[in-house]
Amino acid sequence: MSMTLTEKILARRAGKSAVTAGDSVLVDVDVLMTHDVCGPGTIGVFKREFGEKARVWDAKRVVIIPDHYIFTSDRRSNRNVDILREFVRDQGIPYFYDVIDDPSGKWEFDASRGIELAQYGAKYAGVCHIALPEKGHTRPGEVLVGTDSHTCTAGAFGEFATGIGNTDAAFVMGTGKILLRTPPTMRFRLVGEMQPGVMAKDIILHVIGEIGFDGATYKAMEFGGEGVGPMSIDDRMTVANMGVEAGAKNAIFEADAKTIAFVKARAAEHGTAVPFETVTPDAGANYVYDLTVDLSALEPTVALHPDPGRRKVASACGDIKLDRAYIGSCTGGKTSDFEAFADIVDGKEVRIDTFGVPATPQIVRELKANRRNGRSTWDVLLDAGVRMTENAGCAACLGGPSDTFGRINEPLSCISTTNRNFPGRMGDAGGRIYLASPYTVAASALAGHIVDPRDYLPGVRELEEVGA
Amino acid sequence: MSTVIRGKAYVVGDNIDTDQIIPAQYLALVPTIEEEYRKLGTYALCGLPVEEYPTRLTENEKVPCPYNIIIAGRNFGCGSSREHAPIALGAAGVEIVIAESFARIFFRNCIATGELYPADCPERLCEVFKTGDALEIDLDALTVKRAADGASHALNPLGEVKTVVAAGGLFAYARETGLVPERSAAS
Repeated sequence: MSMTLTEKILARRAGKSAVTAGDSVLVDVDVLMTHDVCGPGTIGVFKREFGEKARVWDAKRVVIIPDHYIFTSDRRSNRNVDILREFVRDQGIPYFYDVIDDPSGKWEFDASRGIELAQYGAKYAGVCHIALPEKGHTRPGEVLVGTDSHTCTAGAFGEFATGIGNTDAAFVMGTGKILLRTPPTMRFRLVGEMQPGVMAKDIILHVIGEIGFDGATYKAMEFGGEGVGPMSIDDRMTVANMGVEAGAKNAIFEADAKTIAFVKARAAEHGTAVPFETVTPDAGANYVYDLTVDLSALEPTVALHPDPGRRKVASACGDIKLDRAYIGSCTGGKTSDFEAFADIVDGKEVRIDTFGVPATPQIVRELKANRRNGRSTWDVLLDAGVRMTENAGCAACLGGPSDTFGRINEPLSCISTTNRNFPGRMGDAGGRIYLASPYTVAASALAGHIVDPRDYLPGVRELEEVGA
Repeated sequence: MSTVIRGKAYVVGDNIDTDQIIPAQYLALVPTIEEEYRKLGTYALCGLPVEEYPTRLTENEKVPCPYNIIIAGRNFGCGSSREHAPIALGAAGVEIVIAESFARIFFRNCIATGELYPADCPERLCEVFKTGDALEIDLDALTVKRAADGASHALNPLGEVKTVVAAGGLFAYARETGLVPERSAAS
């Protein structure tokens, strides 16, 4: 029987020769990820249901990445990182990317040292969805579940990856299994090549606008076609990341040589290698929807407040005045996102308050190492007036505690490289959030209103990557 | 939970996301800590814009709130995977959400926690009912009636959702069906 990529992975991990959309299956989980916001609750359910002395099903398959509410004086948030540390110690979990180095210490953010300078130790990894691949925990053909809706990001590596709640995660912790209903698959064929000024973010904002922001609810989004090959790993992650913004259960790309090279290099670097087998979709598989997206026809695109499906091309946005710009998060806080941002603002000055939060400490290091005409990308961003913090994390993408860096504490209009623009998403309930690519956010930060970044593109990019 | 639910409705529109159900600044509250579970209830739906929703689900952070039934439009619970969302509603005293459609993770979290029934309906009931209407919902007959006029509206079949929520959530159901061992054998 012909199967889609998602069906094939679920069949394999359910120990069945075939599954079809709608089948409920009990699936073996390869990796369970949790973080500081949902980890303590997951641990609470795990202990309540399996007993205080219960052991997780496989300590090496539980990956714990504090990243949400870290650089805040909120006492409960600091405590939640300590709850994770204690559990990790009891269970002997090797992959815990703690904020501090001392395994028996307590985490306390020191506001007096300021928010810009790094306050984490050597183990801290930053935003979970970027840290997972960076540390070598994403592999083709696997099943990854995480207590965060943007877990779908890892579909960029040819695996089934989806977000779940605490109770489901506790069930996985105890049994290594999850009950899943096989989703019907929607296929998106990417053809052609993106024009200068257009980024992966524009692809996914275009697609969500096309199908509506509940257009993929309960479904798998499978991206294929000859347009995928030239896309970087970062680009694929950006697209898969926002699958959930169309309601999707998962978003997935077929793994290619680029994927495998990336995965193997990260696993070798961090000693996290595990054998894996790539999976390909069958010819003649059943797709409930088929859309061809001509990448060469895409334009810089914006999702207007208050939902990610309210698509408008940037050039048609008219004069939408802005108070703030933000670059960061699992969607738009990668090195390539900041480099694109720097392409636009290099040598210029932003006209509105602009905040930059790299997703991971590794990205902070790369931005400080990469050079443009002898200056680091980090310094180029600072010179342009961007407020940068070394304290990598989810920060203001989801608002967070009131002292969170970049949080909107008044009803401001903000253009952002992040993923959601619902009322209150970045803090104040009256805030208006516009989602766009790093290019569009950068150009709009220079202009003070939403603009098409193609009028701001530099001629030639003079970037030498050093030590990246 | 009984399969007939009587009480007052709180009516919301389309695309009520998890940030409106429980704003992110309250996510540091851990739902399995009893005091924090109760606190989550006091904030349920406090992210709804005040201009659009001048009547609040919980007034002065008082729980249980006067409404045990939520009536919603499309895509209720979209956004994050935070289990705090169904838990906040459950802790506020909500027993059921009836919506035209649900976002997947929220729907699943309602069932897994057993906090409340997620029921969908063929009609756009958020334009039929008003906040404060007294309703009677029969989960066996799959009907929802307004006490004032007795007009009856249909719910879609709940299937296994009803069995799992009635059992008390995923773990209770898993024990009944042998997916996980009985509690005495577990610890």
